[in-house]
Amino acid sequence: MLTIDNLQATVADKPILKGLSLQINAGEVHAIMGPNGAGKSTLGYTLGGRPGYEVTGGTATFNGEDLFGLEPHERAAAGLFLGFQYPVEIPGVSFVQFLRESLNAQRKSRGDAPLSGGEFLKLARTQAALLKMDMEMLKRPVNVGFSGGEKKRAEMVQMGILDPKLAILDETDSGLDIDALRIVGDGINGIMRRPDKAVLLITHYQRLLDYVKPDFVHVLAGGRIVRTGGPELALELEEHGYEAVAA
Amino acid sequence: MNQIAALPTHRDEDYRYADLDALAPLWPVAREKIRVAPGESGTLSIVLSGYEASARHLVIDIADGASFDLRVLNTGTGFARVAVDARLSAKSEFTLGAAQLGGESANLELVTEVAHLAPDAVSRQIVRSVLGGEAVGTYLGKVAVARGADGTDASQSVRAMLLTRTATANARPELEIYADDVKCAHGCAVGELDGQALFYMAQRGLPPETAKRLMLQAFVAEAFVGAADEEALDAASQAALEALL
Repeated sequence: MLTIDNLQATVADKPILKGLSLQINAGEVHAIMGPNGAGKSTLGYTLGGRPGYEVTGGTATFNGEDLFGLEPHERAAAGLFLGFQYPVEIPGVSFVQFLRESLNAQRKSRGDAPLSGGEFLKLARTQAALLKMDMEMLKRPVNVGFSGGEKKRAEMVQMGILDPKLAILDETDSGLDIDALRIVGDGINGIMRRPDKAVLLITHYQRLLDYVKPDFVHVLAGGRIVRTGGPELALELEEHGYEAVAA
Repeated sequence: MNQIAALPTHRDEDYRYADLDALAPLWPVAREKIRVAPGESGTLSIVLSGYEASARHLVIDIADGASFDLRVLNTGTGFARVAVDARLSAKSEFTLGAAQLGGESANLELVTEVAHLAPDAVSRQIVRSVLGGEAVGTYLGKVAVARGADGTDASQSVRAMLLTRTATANARPELEIYADDVKCAHGCAVGELDGQALFYMAQRGLPPETAKRLMLQAFVAEAFVGAADEEALDAASQAALEALL
């Protein structure tokens, strides 16, 4: 589904990713772990196409397409979803309006008919229920006044509505209490654990991986993947720390 | 009052940014007088559009306990100016919600003087400008609180969004207070669309024009909240925004 080959990227002219390669196939869940400053969030933003994150070398192929040849909204329409570590507040624009316009823009670019207001609300209600989120919250402006945990849950509701092929989730577990962590974990499994979908979890900690079992765990350090293993690697990291394992 | 004044120059504070060549054929601008009788309420919406230069000057007297709600949507493509003098008597209320949406070489102006002449009057001004191209948007707003006008509650919220580096927003909220017990708030900000929000919206699949339109609609709509013809003003401002993007 996603093949990253020797990716190099800079932020404000500073090299952050220095030759990162990664292969993600449909049906797989990958976790990328690593210390602060390793380049984890930069990887997510670079794949999402955030302005200021400059690709200086390497390639990324997403379902046969050159990912870096697409604008951010085209990447979304191609099926890439980026869950934000810090979801952005947008005053005055309701979630319902925002998501309906987003979904219909994606559908349009894929040649599908737009969803009507009624069809959309039905879909939104189903996905909100999956994440135990009150539908009333989706009538409020995007993320405005939401707690950290509510924002992360809202990210998952958006993921459910937009139904991507690949979800890159950047520290979706940060700021969640134990109950919310379970709800979010169940949400990720329910929405994305399918043979035709894949997930890339970016996280500091093992705890989310108790709920969303990864098939592969990678250690990112110094802008490269320095080790790859199975779920046991996450436990090893938790026990011995990044320095010992990444060395 | 009725004497024919000479055409102003840029040295006159209220005309500092005006397109005087465009103003000349319209000079002198007639004062449109509005009186709201004690306890009554009135509303007015002014929509300016098109290339032809226009200038209006309203003088609004709001009597004791009366209220007036004025909304202005200025989408002119040339020089378009609205001046408002509001005089507030005791316990009266004045609301002004205005949006100035201009691109290319538009020069849009809103010049207000809100005089609190007696105690316990309330004035609210909300001005939102969206400027692209080489457009100039100006708000010059004075709130004058007379001696003895205690209990005055006045606010000015002025924000402008620049879509290009070549657009200009001028904003000058001004207070002149001769009473002791007053509450006057003013806020003024000129900025650009939030890049983080635009990326967030793009990441969910919104093309840049749509993302900008949604954010700007929300921004402009603040000027028309609670208006008698809110829907019509929102629709007209949406159409104007789409033309700007």
